[in-house]
Amino acid sequence: MTRIPWTLVVFIAGLAVPFLGSRFYTFVASDIVIVSLFAMSLNLLLGYTGLVSFGHAAYFGIGAYTCALLMKSANVPFLPSLLAAGLMAGAFALLFGFFCVRLTRIYFAMLTLAFAQIVWAICFKWNDVTGGEQGLPNVPYPDMAWMSAAPILGNFRVGDQFYLSALIIVALCFAALRRIVDSPFGRVLTVIRDNPERAQFIGVNVRAYQLAAFVVAGFFAGISGGLFGIFNRGVFPDFAFWTKSAEPLIMTILGGMGSFWGPAVGAAAFIVLNQQITSFTEYWPLTMGTVLIVLLFVFPGGIAGTLTGLLARLRAGPKPANAPASTPQMVKPNA
Amino acid sequence: MLEVYGVSKRFDGFTAVDGVDFSIGRGEIAAVIGPNGAGKSTFFNLITGHLRPDAGRIILKQRDITGAPPHRICLMGMGRSFQRTNIFPKLTVFENVQAAFITHRRRGANFWDLSDRLYRGETEALLASLGLADKADALSGALSHGNQKQVELGIALACDPEILLLDEPTAGMSAAETRETIRLLERIAAERGLTLLFTEHDMEVVFSIAQKIAVLHQGRLIAEGRPEAVQQNADVRRVYLGERH
Repeated sequence: MTRIPWTLVVFIAGLAVPFLGSRFYTFVASDIVIVSLFAMSLNLLLGYTGLVSFGHAAYFGIGAYTCALLMKSANVPFLPSLLAAGLMAGAFALLFGFFCVRLTRIYFAMLTLAFAQIVWAICFKWNDVTGGEQGLPNVPYPDMAWMSAAPILGNFRVGDQFYLSALIIVALCFAALRRIVDSPFGRVLTVIRDNPERAQFIGVNVRAYQLAAFVVAGFFAGISGGLFGIFNRGVFPDFAFWTKSAEPLIMTILGGMGSFWGPAVGAAAFIVLNQQITSFTEYWPLTMGTVLIVLLFVFPGGIAGTLTGLLARLRAGPKPANAPASTPQMVKPNA
Repeated sequence: MLEVYGVSKRFDGFTAVDGVDFSIGRGEIAAVIGPNGAGKSTFFNLITGHLRPDAGRIILKQRDITGAPPHRICLMGMGRSFQRTNIFPKLTVFENVQAAFITHRRRGANFWDLSDRLYRGETEALLASLGLADKADALSGALSHGNQKQVELGIALACDPEILLLDEPTAGMSAAETRETIRLLERIAAERGLTLLFTEHDMEVVFSIAQKIAVLHQGRLIAEGRPEAVQQNADVRRVYLGERH
């Protein structure tokens, strides 16, 4: 049985979305692509390092403001602005993380939340720069003249063209994240997650690695925020609000923090559900909450975790003789 | 190899370790014994940097390590195992040991290579010498207690220590497992020229491999020397061995 390269399949399906010719599908797909990067960046902390951050929106917001301000007020081109968004978010993650990693568990979570609320308050009040409560409306789309001049891509709306750019950028970020979690650095993070005390006694400077993970996660959250500001055509203080920090947490738990793609699956599920539910009931938060509770019970390891478990069982199914040790065997009650 | 001068540690007025002097030479095998609550684990935690002493100095290979963080002491060549098994439960046995190779050889800051390919040979060889080769791909958290203790020893050995501190290496093991572990420790210590310092409740184990014994009682060192001498020591017989006979 040959393995299906799911990553590639999903990526190509993503590339095909603009060909459907629907503004709505492109809109939803953009949302999913950009927000999955946000959730995946959080999972570097949550699933790989064992750090629960309640303030990840701070870096999303900082990235969004940085990118939007550079593009709107300083006319900096898109890619440098986006890179600056990541770097700025990473720099703040370094500053805040320096203090946060000195605490553990719930205290760590509370301090990340406190810093995020500070970021939110500054965005909310600093009228001259961030536009205060009004935010920064009318963030321009990047200049995509080359795409408009290209043969097929030229016929697409600017929203579709931006979606394709975002898809490629996010795919590159995912490749980088994959590489990071598979690297020796990534292995050290899992060691810290499993047992920080023991990690010290194999020569790991636990705080330094936690801080590094925090900065990397902040960087990718910043990229995600930068993209989201453009997609949303505006950046607002609630990008850094604590409810925004809860979203990637819910997505990650929903998708499964134990698997690499879990948060992206969770993000897709969350956004699609949200869309569907808001379209037919005004009591959508209640409905959404109920659906999430049910899903968490149905998929205890998250959607991705449960599915990979099922796949493994299906694969082992036809030839149980070969894999008795690795798969749990059902005990026959009457045997 | 390791010298400890007048080390003390107090917790809220209770003195757990009180002015202990101790030293161990390169290649020696020494045991720290004492009744429950004598301060053995605290003593180990002070030496390995887990706790900071209130007084005294700790010298490892002629360098003062008093108050240094555990990861730095580890990188200087001190390995340790814990009384309660202390491994990375969600990683496989292979990954547990391989991770220690990666971190101890300071490859952890590498964001780019594939960790799966690093130190495969070394890890496999070490697992084979511990008798864990057939369990390499098992989730370490799902193993038996005895096997987890072996994994922990593997983690400690992957750090290529010159001195190894073992806190009750045979705790919770069956008699057969204990014998096996002791033989293993002796063999590895001899092969690698390891200095070994361990605590142990089982007197049979202590007297079978220790060349030197230190006795702690209520945080104080009451005797130190060759096993026969310690066994004859009146104080020791009264406070410690006497309890059991």
